[in-house]
Amino acid sequence: MSKPVVILTMFLIAAMCAPTSAQTHSLAFKDKVYNPGLLKPRDSELKVKVGHRAPDFTLPSLTGKKISLHQYLNKKNVVISFVPAAWTPVCSDQWPGYNIAKDLFDMYDAVLLGITVDNIPTLYAWTREMGRLWFPVLSDFWPHGKVASLFGVLRSDGMAERAIFVIDKKGVIRYIDVHNINTRPHLEALINQLQKLHN
Amino acid sequence: MKPRIITIVAVISIFLFAPMNYGATRPAPEVGRPLAAFKLPAPTIPAERQYLGLSSTGPFTISQVQAPVVIIEIFSMYCPYCQREAPRLNDLYKKIESSPQYKNKIKILGIGAGNTPFEVNFFKKKFKVPFPLLPDKNFAVHKCLGEVRTPYFIVVSNSSSGVPKVIFSKLGKIKDLDKFLETITNKSTK
Repeated sequence: MSKPVVILTMFLIAAMCAPTSAQTHSLAFKDKVYNPGLLKPRDSELKVKVGHRAPDFTLPSLTGKKISLHQYLNKKNVVISFVPAAWTPVCSDQWPGYNIAKDLFDMYDAVLLGITVDNIPTLYAWTREMGRLWFPVLSDFWPHGKVASLFGVLRSDGMAERAIFVIDKKGVIRYIDVHNINTRPHLEALINQLQKLHN
Repeated sequence: MKPRIITIVAVISIFLFAPMNYGATRPAPEVGRPLAAFKLPAPTIPAERQYLGLSSTGPFTISQVQAPVVIIEIFSMYCPYCQREAPRLNDLYKKIESSPQYKNKIKILGIGAGNTPFEVNFFKKKFKVPFPLLPDKNFAVHKCLGEVRTPYFIVVSNSSSGVPKVIFSKLGKIKDLDKFLETITNKSTK
């Protein structure tokens, strides 16, 4: 095989092997979504474990109210969905799915708390494009990423991981999914965990 | 070329190509062009297989759908726009099925880009979608169709050659359902 053919072959193989980040992109966000490209799948170290008590926190929500984890103790199972950043492709196509699944959360006596490290005005503008969200959206903007850091899901670039924590009514962590930041976790993985908790 | 240099070239190439998305090798469907070849999983509900005219439970191609015209909606359970449009798509199905002019001549199906069977079924149940919605968990079909944004509508005419031809291709809302049906009917006969 000649040298140019070898080089061309290697380039083609590299191109085919290159990781991709397949995703959909809803027209709902028009052309406002910024694509950060393919990111390091995971860039943090967990500070909590399944079976541990979840660290308590209080964060401001979009409604102006402050939400604390402890207010759900002995009342509701809690799902925390950290997403990396507003106005990015995968995040913009994650919470709208949860937004039509309230019945499923209700079925398993669970509430959902959506958290990003963005500030309230940014979250306000972004979530308005999703329609009316039934779950609280919390801002972990200041001190920047404090809650994400408590759980060990704050990345070195200041964004949160795409992570899901399921916490039972006793405040104990029952499920952790620090997902590849470039892909969206499928709904059934979360719902299966809620179902286990319920049984 | 020494093997070591070849390895270095390959490794550098992977890093060079990594930020690019080579899955998007195909353009969005163009009117007048043949539809890209792909297979879909047959609906699990027998009535839906019957609606599409499929005799087996195995994967099928659009050319196997027993209708001269097939409307394909690319959607996602996670797409707020698709959620808002779902009731209108149900209306479109009802218009087709209640019209002697369109019934059995136009079929409609949805492809859930990146959606699992669970997610597609959840969307179907949530919005009471009466036509088949099929999962495309790994975006394989979505990539074949140029990784279009959602919702995206493709209409094909099933010709005798066996290769469906694209007669309509549009991102976003179909504003006037009656006009849309009239347009695609006219285009399919040309």
